Amino acid sequence: MNHKTTGVLTLERLEKMLTPRERLEKGPVAVIECIEKIPCDPCVHICKFGAIKKKSLVDPPEVDYEKCTGCGECVAICPGLAIFVVNLNYKNREAMIMMPYELLPTPKKGEIYEALDREGKQVGEARIVTTKMKKDRTAVVVIAVKKSLAMIVRNIGKRLK
Amino acid sequence: MNLDLRLWEHPILDFERGKLVYINLNGKKIKAYDGETVIAALYASGIKAYSKSAKYGRPRGFFCGIGKCSSCLMRVNGIPHTRICVTPVENGTKIEYEKGRGEPPAETEVEVEREKVDTDLVVVGGGPAGLSAAITAVSLGVDAFIIDENPKPGGQLIKQTHKFFGSKSTYAGVRGIEIAKILLKELRKASLKCLLSASVIGRYEGKKHLLAAVQNNRKLIELSADKIIVAPGARENMLLFPNNDLPGIYGAGGVQTLMNVDGVKPGNDALIVGAGNVGLIVGYQLIQAGVNVKMVIEAKGKIGGYLVHASKLRRLGVPILTRHTIKEAEGKSHVEGATFVELDEEWQPIEGTEEDVNVDLICLAVGLTPSSELLFQAGCKQAYVPELGGQVAIHNEDLETTVNAIYIAGDASGIEEANTAMMEGRITGANVAIECGKDRVKAEKIREESFKSLEALRASPFSKGVLKGKKKIWQLWRESE
Repeated sequence: MNHKTTGVLTLERLEKMLTPRERLEKGPVAVIECIEKIPCDPCVHICKFGAIKKKSLVDPPEVDYEKCTGCGECVAICPGLAIFVVNLNYKNREAMIMMPYELLPTPKKGEIYEALDREGKQVGEARIVTTKMKKDRTAVVVIAVKKSLAMIVRNIGKRLK
Repeated sequence: MNLDLRLWEHPILDFERGKLVYINLNGKKIKAYDGETVIAALYASGIKAYSKSAKYGRPRGFFCGIGKCSSCLMRVNGIPHTRICVTPVENGTKIEYEKGRGEPPAETEVEVEREKVDTDLVVVGGGPAGLSAAITAVSLGVDAFIIDENPKPGGQLIKQTHKFFGSKSTYAGVRGIEIAKILLKELRKASLKCLLSASVIGRYEGKKHLLAAVQNNRKLIELSADKIIVAPGARENMLLFPNNDLPGIYGAGGVQTLMNVDGVKPGNDALIVGAGNVGLIVGYQLIQAGVNVKMVIEAKGKIGGYLVHASKLRRLGVPILTRHTIKEAEGKSHVEGATFVELDEEWQPIEGTEEDVNVDLICLAVGLTPSSELLFQAGCKQAYVPELGGQVAIHNEDLETTVNAIYIAGDASGIEEANTAMMEGRITGANVAIECGKDRVKAEKIREESFKSLEALRASPFSKGVLKGKKKIWQLWRESE
């Protein structure tokens, strides 16, 4: 069983490529869950800081963690909806996750949603911190979750409150 | 209240509808919106069967939704065998179920008009390949006409709500619907002449190439052109299983058209067959339209599409089962469910693994076949190349076929995607300009850049098969010289 049969990146695979913990604890940073060789590069062009590089059009993107400010422009542009911004330095007990969202209803500040993992299973609760609607109607949603869920939660489900 | 399956809210799309009108189905008044397709109007009212099979009288719904198959033929305003998926309605449009094989139109019902067109270039097909070809050619000074079967140009881009992959030069990161708008804006800027709702029915010999086309089922157009670029796209594949003809079982792309172009909810609970990019994307878009996607099944041992597309669905809780296929569909007048089964390494069903799922919508996303009919009729030599999706007109790197001055571009030259289609379109447009004696330097530059772009796009391991197929077909072209 690997991602080619399940459609979900395994934790082993993720650990190899994901943003180092020390960097996550410093503040917001892009977490790019894109490992295949596909022809695509909007993330490279949108980044004002030159923090995302690709060796060629088809090589997976690499993040320069020193340059990345976690601004989230790449979150909104990624056609694969595969980029998140994670901040472990958000609050004492809470981490912040920024994610693209393209469903109705558009989540609003203060609402509580189911926090879902990469398989759509509920693993906790997510508080909507902000929602920014982009011109192309991608909503960039910032949620707060329990710190331990920062690298597990990748979606929101039903609205709870 | 009457049933209305139209979508009035969507996270990405706004549906612009014409004024409220009434159409007539065998004497029954049905609410419709001016300009929407007959299928949209009927489906939105809950009418999902449009004909009966000739021998057993089984109900038939639509399949491809883009005028490529013959699943939705009805008599419209007295004209038999009208493809209702590409026919817009207006107030009073008269629709009838056909009896048996249908009756010819009465002379009084149909008035035929004629028109003659003389031009440098005719581009057949107004999708990403055809539009790019025509825009490039016209920008280099070629006089061109573009002709398309659909009431709206843009091909399949107009139903793609997702942001596109690709490079900056092919609008990566922009939604397909927005790319269509960009191309149509360029088309208007170039004052490109566009014949819509017009089907080319054949190519004939003349002083120049002579194409015959029929517009709105009543106007015969003769187009004389020095060059032809054929970019008609592809059609969706059917899958064999019992009851596969039930209304509710459609091509995934057909469902996308109904849902994203016409804004009609195709069903409540869906099963997707095929986990290539089309199946995965349509699954995600069904959820955007408020449909419950129960699962995606894939006969191969692995997901064929991009991981990121699969992950989008998985995060929404949709299971993807590899090595599973549909055994049969259930239902009498409409699909009510399906039985699916696990396959072994030899692709054989494993007994005892059958499971049922209750669905009222089955989307078949099991590949595409290049639309080669016109090229075949025009005398272009063909070859069967599985890596390109089936029978394809033999062509070279410059997309010349074996018939002088007939070019090919886009999915008709091998199943790929919109980015490569646009690049192939640009190459043919530039080549035609060079041959018509236009600005050679500028045309060569476009040609070179497009070749480079194509190479970069095809460097992905996902393009391995296509590249192998292309090399075969290029070699066949050289051998045919």
